[in-house]
Amino acid sequence: MLKKRIIPCLDIKDGRTVKGVNFINLIDAGDPVELAKVYVKQGADELVFLDITATIENRKALAALVERIATEINIPFTVGGGIDTVKDVSILIKAGADKVTVNSSAVRRPELISEIAGQFGSQCVVVAIDTKLVDGEWRVVVDGGRTLTELKTISWANMVEELGAGEILLTSMNNDGTKSGFSLDIAGEVSRNVNIPVIASGGAGSMEHFSQVFFNTECSAALAASIFHFGKIDIRELKKYLKHEGIAIR
Amino acid sequence: MIAILKYNAGNIKSVQNALTRLGYKSNITDNPSELLNADKVIFPGVGEASSAIHYLRDRGLDKTIISLKQPVLGICLGLQLMCRFSEEGETTCMGIFDSDVRLFPPVEKIPHMGWNNCLTIKGDLFKGITVKDDLYYVHSYYAEISSCTVATCDYIVPFSAAMQKDNFYATQFHPEKSAETGEKILKNFLEL
Repeated sequence: MLKKRIIPCLDIKDGRTVKGVNFINLIDAGDPVELAKVYVKQGADELVFLDITATIENRKALAALVERIATEINIPFTVGGGIDTVKDVSILIKAGADKVTVNSSAVRRPELISEIAGQFGSQCVVVAIDTKLVDGEWRVVVDGGRTLTELKTISWANMVEELGAGEILLTSMNNDGTKSGFSLDIAGEVSRNVNIPVIASGGAGSMEHFSQVFFNTECSAALAASIFHFGKIDIRELKKYLKHEGIAIR
Repeated sequence: MIAILKYNAGNIKSVQNALTRLGYKSNITDNPSELLNADKVIFPGVGEASSAIHYLRDRGLDKTIISLKQPVLGICLGLQLMCRFSEEGETTCMGIFDSDVRLFPPVEKIPHMGWNNCLTIKGDLFKGITVKDDLYYVHSYYAEISSCTVATCDYIVPFSAAMQKDNFYATQFHPEKSAETGEKILKNFLEL
């Protein structure tokens, strides 16, 4: 049976992981590769690396980092942050990324999705959709949540599928950082309305939140950052718990 | 030396990285004599069937692959191109395996992306592996089960997770991305 995936996300700035980490026995907690290795050992199913600085000067550093990750990590990983062109994608894929994620740039220029899919295949295009509930309507936000767009989340999700996205990474900005659980309504609606895998993100604070998203939506995976980084939830424990709850887990 | 076939498909470097982690030297090449003289050949790939097969035919690499006598391992698109025919781009493939490649019916999410276990396994590649072990897949087309099938997996329909005929081996999953289980399978191939 196809398993539900647990995906830790690592925020990268100048080649280093941003958020604090309190893992013991970690040689260099700020080194994304060392942290990634810990997650792989704990049973992470995939990894996402987001370059939150994403300036042109940092591009080369990111490609070098991706190359190191690809050399050392034996599970699939996605890289994102500031990807505007097929050329940006090409550099990261050549460095060894399995997938890339695009967000604001795809909203501004949707053809970017089909361009990437056309050249590298749909399987490597993860479209990140940040969404916010505004006056009872889920809308798409860009620029890290700062800019509200006119796009309705469901129509944008349908459109990215049509343009050739292989997967959607859906983050509810209302829930992100709250640790109050994933937004089950929009995650449920999007995952029901597209025929590509959807990764739920934003709001994970406990192990129950993961079982809720898998029981109540058709999401294929759940992503979280800080609860893993701060050691609040150990991925091994989480997976044991979800298995016990009857969810298909590796 | 292990030769990894260089062609217009992605994911080739990942295979080399996996081999390096296992302590094997490899060479990414499309040079026929290097391919013919390698101890083993890996035919990896993520991509589109018809453009990949055209690329190979234009360079005569399809004939080179078919003529190889040493162990060959096809991965993902590599497996599909070793079948008879693919619905992806209505492509006539290399015909090593007596199986056709079909698009998954859209009753569940496509691509089949993530970790899945096998229903049945047999043969050299799966030494030390059980049907409980999960492997990483990402594909929208699948090879039908045939007499060459040595492992099966189920997603929407049962399909070939791995195939073998003579010296030709192939997996639909990505051993190079399948953590320790994948490493065992690659090692089993490398030690053939």
